Amino acid sequence: MIEAVGLTKRYGDKTAVHNLSFQVRPGAVTGFLGPNGSGKSTTMRMILGLDEPTSGQVTIGGYPYRKLPNAPRQVGALLDAKAVHGGRSARNHLLCLAQLSGIPDRRVDEVLGVVGLQDVAKKRSKGFSLGMGQRLGIAAALLGDPQVLLFDEPVNGLDPEGILWVRNLMKSLAGEGRTVFVSSHLMSEMALTADHLIVIGRGQLLADMSVKDFISHNSADFARVRTPDTEPQQREKLTAALTEAGGQVLPEQDGALRVTGLPLPRISDLAHDADVRLWELSPHQASLEEAYMRMTQGAVDYRSTIDQRAGLQQQLPPGAMPPPQAMPVPGQGQPGWYAPPPPQQGGHPFAMPQTPAGAPYASGQPGGPYAAGPAAGTNPYAQPPAPAAPAPATPDTTQRDSEDLR
Amino acid sequence: MAGIQVLRSEWTKIRSVSSTVWTLGLAAVVTIALGVLISALSRREFEGLGARDQIAFDPTFVSFAGMSLGQLAMIVFGVLVVSSEYSTGMIRTSLAAVPQRGTFLFGKVAVATLLAFVVGLATSFVAFSLGQAMLGEHAASIGDPGVLRAVIGGGLYMTLIAMFSMGVAAMLRGPLLSLGILMPFFFLISNILGNVSATEKIGRYLPDQAGSKIMQVVTPFGDDTPYGPWGGLGIMVLWVGAALAGGYAVIKKRDA
Repeated sequence: MIEAVGLTKRYGDKTAVHNLSFQVRPGAVTGFLGPNGSGKSTTMRMILGLDEPTSGQVTIGGYPYRKLPNAPRQVGALLDAKAVHGGRSARNHLLCLAQLSGIPDRRVDEVLGVVGLQDVAKKRSKGFSLGMGQRLGIAAALLGDPQVLLFDEPVNGLDPEGILWVRNLMKSLAGEGRTVFVSSHLMSEMALTADHLIVIGRGQLLADMSVKDFISHNSADFARVRTPDTEPQQREKLTAALTEAGGQVLPEQDGALRVTGLPLPRISDLAHDADVRLWELSPHQASLEEAYMRMTQGAVDYRSTIDQRAGLQQQLPPGAMPPPQAMPVPGQGQPGWYAPPPPQQGGHPFAMPQTPAGAPYASGQPGGPYAAGPAAGTNPYAQPPAPAAPAPATPDTTQRDSEDLR
Repeated sequence: MAGIQVLRSEWTKIRSVSSTVWTLGLAAVVTIALGVLISALSRREFEGLGARDQIAFDPTFVSFAGMSLGQLAMIVFGVLVVSSEYSTGMIRTSLAAVPQRGTFLFGKVAVATLLAFVVGLATSFVAFSLGQAMLGEHAASIGDPGVLRAVIGGGLYMTLIAMFSMGVAAMLRGPLLSLGILMPFFFLISNILGNVSATEKIGRYLPDQAGSKIMQVVTPFGDDTPYGPWGGLGIMVLWVGAALAGGYAVIKKRDA
């Protein structure tokens, strides 16, 4: 069991981790999610006693790592797959780690077999691909047959077969009653591997809940509506009608509309009343990846902007008209275009199971954050919460959606 | 217990990378070859020297002339042993396995020091015997007073240079910065400070100037150095101790 209490790490002015408290329990795979630079690796280093917390503490089995008796036999870690001396062979790399931890030499050949590197054991790790490096790092973590395992981004650079292998390895390690703590920035991967999720952004805890709860609270339903491509005015007509009825409408890249807040039969009725033909009316479920991105949206440090290519354009002579710019795809670049609309002001940006009753989107509300209601009075489109669209809500669908995204 | 594990592991580390063979091999070859060359030249030049210089001629020291260049390879060896942990990121894996950072650092330094001493001592003996062979009738014998001390001292000098570099690399971490400071310091700055009369008195307390005194058998004419051969080596040991203490403080305090 790993336990962090008020863990804080500051580098000068920058706070990498702020007042982080969580527990990682044995017998389960705990996913550790967050955008780049959110403090995942810093937290992992503090767990391993490599970085000293500015305040707070983190313990493994009740001990800070540096005081843990026989630490390398209790805890195994993969921090960085590239952290090997390129001139050393895979076997020698593991051998010096085994000797450092007092592990017998023959264990080295065992773990080489476990990760499938026995054929390249004598090769210098300089020539290894990132995937082979990950396997070598995982081998190093498994050396001491530890009860607590930490993996920082273990599937980076792995091929699909390798990803599946890592996924099954984590599950079987947890199945043996070990504590498995895996960081990733891929929600979709964690939805398949982890039992529990800890999500951080800008060094602060955003969520600490089971994957099951996360799925049931954050997989939002929406309807995709398509009007005849040939008649754009029909699309506008329908958008107006749906908005008036209290739905929220977002255009998609291919001209379809993404509608939330209205059940499918109601959309059909409204279209019929407005005399608009429909080419498509289908129930959909936003993927976990989208829910996760919405959750961490405010906490992303590094965000890309649209490339204007202005630096490449020639200076125009005075009076000349600039060349016509290609129209940007509707919605692209604006935060949240891919996701259902963000909830109203004052609410949490995402659903938490422990949200107190009376707070926005109290649990049990199937519409989750997308049901209008609590903000009534300020929201001009306010309507009593409509029953959710009859979307297939099984986790299998979610998983398929998530995998499609990758 | 942990200490023995660190020593075994560090021995595996040091023998499993080719940079060890290259740097130590280069240190030996350069020291010996340059010593032989300068010894051969000195034999031809000897007749042309003044009477004073002929009396002060130190055949033992002449055969160690290659050390000024060979020590640079020793510096690279010492720096790489420590800084490769940081440049590869291996330090995190190592310190996760051995949370006792002092044990880790000094285990590493001990293994590298022992290896440097074996190579340094062998180099010193070979450089002396080949150098004396070149000097012919001006040669010194290993049985002459002070000569054995100078030859063993040559091995100690190379070892201490490597240790000093390890301490500096543990403080600075990066190989480029460490080499960028140590190389010009030992190759240029120390020589300049030692040969300019204004700074000579400071220069002779620098680690290499003080330490190389152990390899002298005949005191140069008009030399007023206030310490003897062992005193000089003692000054160098103090430098090495300071560098390693600094390295220990850094590895202990700073985040890996």
